Amino acid sequence: MSSDPYAQNPELERIIPARRRGRHLAPRSLSKSTGAIALVLLWWLATTYGWISEDIFPSPQTLWQTFLDLVNGGELGDALMLSLERVVIGFGFGFVTGVGLALISGLFRLGEDIVDAPMQMARTLPWAGLIPLLIIWLGIDETPKITLVAFAVTFPLYINTFAGIRNVDKTLVEVAHTLNFGRAALIFQVILPGALPNLLVGLRYSLGSAWLALVFAETVNAQGGLGYLITHAREVYRVDIIILCLAIYALLGLSADLIVRLLEKLLLSWRQSFDGA
Amino acid sequence: MLSSEKARHSLAVSVRGLTRRFGERLVIDALDLDIKRGEFVALLGASGCGKSTLLRILADLDHEIEGDVRVSPRRGVAFQSPRLFPWKRVWNNVVTGLREGRDRTHADAALTEVGLAHRGDAWPKDLSGGEAQRASLARALVRNPDLLLLDEPFGSLDALTRLKAQALVADLWQKHRQAVLLVTHDVEEALLLADRVVVMRDGTVAHEIVVDLPRPRSPSERQFGRLRLQLLDWLGVVETTPPASRSPSLISQISDGH
Repeated sequence: MSSDPYAQNPELERIIPARRRGRHLAPRSLSKSTGAIALVLLWWLATTYGWISEDIFPSPQTLWQTFLDLVNGGELGDALMLSLERVVIGFGFGFVTGVGLALISGLFRLGEDIVDAPMQMARTLPWAGLIPLLIIWLGIDETPKITLVAFAVTFPLYINTFAGIRNVDKTLVEVAHTLNFGRAALIFQVILPGALPNLLVGLRYSLGSAWLALVFAETVNAQGGLGYLITHAREVYRVDIIILCLAIYALLGLSADLIVRLLEKLLLSWRQSFDGA
Repeated sequence: MLSSEKARHSLAVSVRGLTRRFGERLVIDALDLDIKRGEFVALLGASGCGKSTLLRILADLDHEIEGDVRVSPRRGVAFQSPRLFPWKRVWNNVVTGLREGRDRTHADAALTEVGLAHRGDAWPKDLSGGEAQRASLARALVRNPDLLLLDEPFGSLDALTRLKAQALVADLWQKHRQAVLLVTHDVEEALLLADRVVVMRDGTVAHEIVVDLPRPRSPSERQFGRLRLQLLDWLGVVETTPPASRSPSLISQISDGH
């Protein structure tokens, strides 16, 4: 008898154990950052070798210097705090409104009849177009900016949470009935947990819209904040400041996304789902 | 008058003239059924005969009915699929919905009864089919019901796990003696567990048989075999292989009765 069954059965396919698959590839954290690192490298090469003029796109070194100047001068810190404050407050209002309305129309048929149609209509409004109206109605202080952020946050949350509530497994609602759940228990122990995956999708969308709304509001009309820094930089032709602020917007958006991912990890560990190959 | 009042008192289920339509189709047709307190009744029938619909009505999940239906208010229900809440850990699934005693010790006691104490901290997604079904049984039993409604609870289990689960239900019933209505299409399961087997066809009770065999029962007993043949006959089963060459597993065909 041969010690190598493969030699005798060459038609058999070997199933490779998971830990040996792709063992030559770098760890996941490294493979994730490869694309970003390549882009920065390309940027550095392009500006250093003069393929792009510094007036149009400043080099990484210039940008870093600008960053240090703005941090030391205190402008960046103040602007960042002001922008963050607007986003947090606006998001808070938008979250309460969006999820609250979704609960009303998701849980009660009468609520759906009354709430859903107006929400679907309002949803199609391009909210950036509201800015002139908001300025006339609410003036030029903080209120219109916060309102715009709240407005942008409300709809993705409303739509996804509503869909989540209506997608809750009916057989589980039946179980709740056989276990004599009261109305509150049904909502908090069955319907909301069941709608949570969708709610988090809505949360991710709405955080994206929150930043977008903030950029619009601050660029059109501002006396402070990141958008104000950008507008001011445009007037004095400082491309580096504009790009720096855009990068900060991007980083803030990214960290919001990370927060949602963390929430998904914490809140959805019960879920059985496909994580990608 | 007094005696009928008393009779009603000793019942866990009393159904008179129950009718349920789905559109034009009569699924349950003027059905009468009594289940005494502590009695184990198996409800047999081909698929589509209305047996699961009857159980859903008794579980208060289907109200589009005509007729007089009375059931014990303390009920436990276990379905064909375990229907655990995926976002609650197993122990929390067991005690969920309890008015009092919604704590870990209570849950562990119930899980111990079904042999699942070591899985209390698991998520439902990590349970095997048999474990999930036992957890679902523990959830039905933890409420100490007077009436246990089981809708083909072993239907999705493999043959070995099913035998164990049946033995477990037999044990638990011997201990607690609650009334049980077990909906099944498995003749042997019905005969192993029940005091009385009710055969449903076309939405009514077509036949009934009292299973007067000592427990624990075994399919190899002669009397058991006789009852089984009787039930298979009622169910309109056609034996496809001659007895001489028959394999140990029953190969049979259940006709719809149409």
